[in-house]
Amino acid sequence: MSTSTTDLTAPVADAFEDPAAEMNAAVERAARRERRMRVLMPVAALLSALALWEFLVWYNEVPHYLIPAPSLIAQTLVTDFGTLMTSMWFTVKLTLVSLLLAIVGGVALGMLFALSRTVEVSLFPFAVILQVTPVIAIAPLILIYVHDTFSALLICAWIVAFFPILSNTAIGLRSADHNLRDLFTLYRATPWQRLRYLLVPSALPYFMAALKIAGGLALIGAVVAEFVAGTAGQNTGLASRILESSFRQEIPRMFAALFLVSLLGVVIFLATSFLSKAVLGHWHESEIKREA
Amino acid sequence: MVSEATAQKAPAEDAPVLIRMDGASKQFANGTVAVRDMNLDIREGEFISFLGPSGCGKSTALKMIAGLLSISAGEITVNGHPPGKGREQDIGFVFQEATLMPWATVFDNVFLPLRMKGMKKKYARDEVEEALASVGLSSFSGAYPRQLSGGMKMRVSIARALVTKPKLLLMDEPFAALDEITRFKLNNDVLELWARHGLTVIFVTHSVFESVYLSNRVVVMAARPGRVSRVVDLPGGYPRTEHYRTTPEYAENCRIVSAALEETMDNVDIDH
Repeated sequence: MSTSTTDLTAPVADAFEDPAAEMNAAVERAARRERRMRVLMPVAALLSALALWEFLVWYNEVPHYLIPAPSLIAQTLVTDFGTLMTSMWFTVKLTLVSLLLAIVGGVALGMLFALSRTVEVSLFPFAVILQVTPVIAIAPLILIYVHDTFSALLICAWIVAFFPILSNTAIGLRSADHNLRDLFTLYRATPWQRLRYLLVPSALPYFMAALKIAGGLALIGAVVAEFVAGTAGQNTGLASRILESSFRQEIPRMFAALFLVSLLGVVIFLATSFLSKAVLGHWHESEIKREA
Repeated sequence: MVSEATAQKAPAEDAPVLIRMDGASKQFANGTVAVRDMNLDIREGEFISFLGPSGCGKSTALKMIAGLLSISAGEITVNGHPPGKGREQDIGFVFQEATLMPWATVFDNVFLPLRMKGMKKKYARDEVEEALASVGLSSFSGAYPRQLSGGMKMRVSIARALVTKPKLLLMDEPFAALDEITRFKLNNDVLELWARHGLTVIFVTHSVFESVYLSNRVVVMAARPGRVSRVVDLPGGYPRTEHYRTTPEYAENCRIVSAALEETMDNVDIDH
């Protein structure tokens, strides 16, 4: 193929055979095949795992109160659709609101940290204490002090999701290239211009990495907090649905609720990954696809 | 373009002084004396090189002139003002790395200095495109820095420094990381831009050959503490093109500057 590479750099004059177009088509075919693979392979793997599960349960005649078959879980999802959806909506709301508050709080405090060393040194221990103390240990206290269950759960989930956003925002804002900082000084950028055109873009990859982590943590925080709160509240989410089903030995419903929790986690992961790609895809090394 | 205005030549002896360094010194917080008692007048239209080994304070001196580092003792004036206090358009700065914003297109990178002045993009378009054209990158305005070669990135960096039409261009070892072919090409580009725009250039380098090729005056500096060791005038050889590199005059100038540089190394251990 060494001769065809020299053909490519020369203007394509011979009309009867166009090696460049042929090669483009081949590259495009390969790319399409790879895109299909990336969707098909995981879907196929998941489906075969489900089929195997169904088969093993049926073949070994496992009772449904030990391990229900996927078909029974699906059936439960349909019959209990109403209550499960109400619970799911509760958990979704809890997760998203806590994530949003974690972003707002984490970014605001992260900016403050980046602006002032004094503030950072004084406040950082509090952030660390919040982070290292297991939320499950603080949750009972919060539930005593805060009467509204939703607010109490929100605080728990927020504590878990807040830290990665805070620390990554602070590091990200400081990570701006020193020569670029000098350049902004040279052109007498206002503090606002420096933030908008230098610090925020430099911090964005760090922030997006934190968002991916915090999205998952917010869900974990919400579920853990709900477990601690039990079924006490009137509005209950998926976790208390799992707890309640376990008391009543309704194993298929436990699995159905568990499936919805996982689904929620996957959706959050996909959404944050998509967002990261949309924001960084055109420039940052982490999201650029390299030629093999 | 009028060829008269674009002809390369050393500035007249009586050209007004643009930069005056009067006993300028810089001591860092850790006690290191980076520059000691530097006295130098740089006239308008000069192409001057700061040449010396690592640690001789050449970059520090450049950053003091740019107003990016404070002066510990003595005085520097740029166009009659203390550094960093004149009109911001007066200075263009090119760093050792291209120092481009990886998230912004070539156009937006070059537009940056104008944006800092509060100019709207649509009004700046002509100026940005003109700057890009002057470094031969018109067709790359939509590209991102990672898509460019090292030499092209450096040309974007030069376009950005020139977009505000400064009188003074400060270059801090701009081509040190590039291959020789690219460096020779960019040397010619810089000489051409210097003549065309009537710039005053201060060029920091550790290459004898580069400093002799480019400048009409070479300031040879010594390390520990950083100081001016000798100033070598090189008024001849204009217009300097690839041909100049092969002349006996160039070889002789390189020998003189090399000898001057050698002198500065005598009392330092050359093992670092």
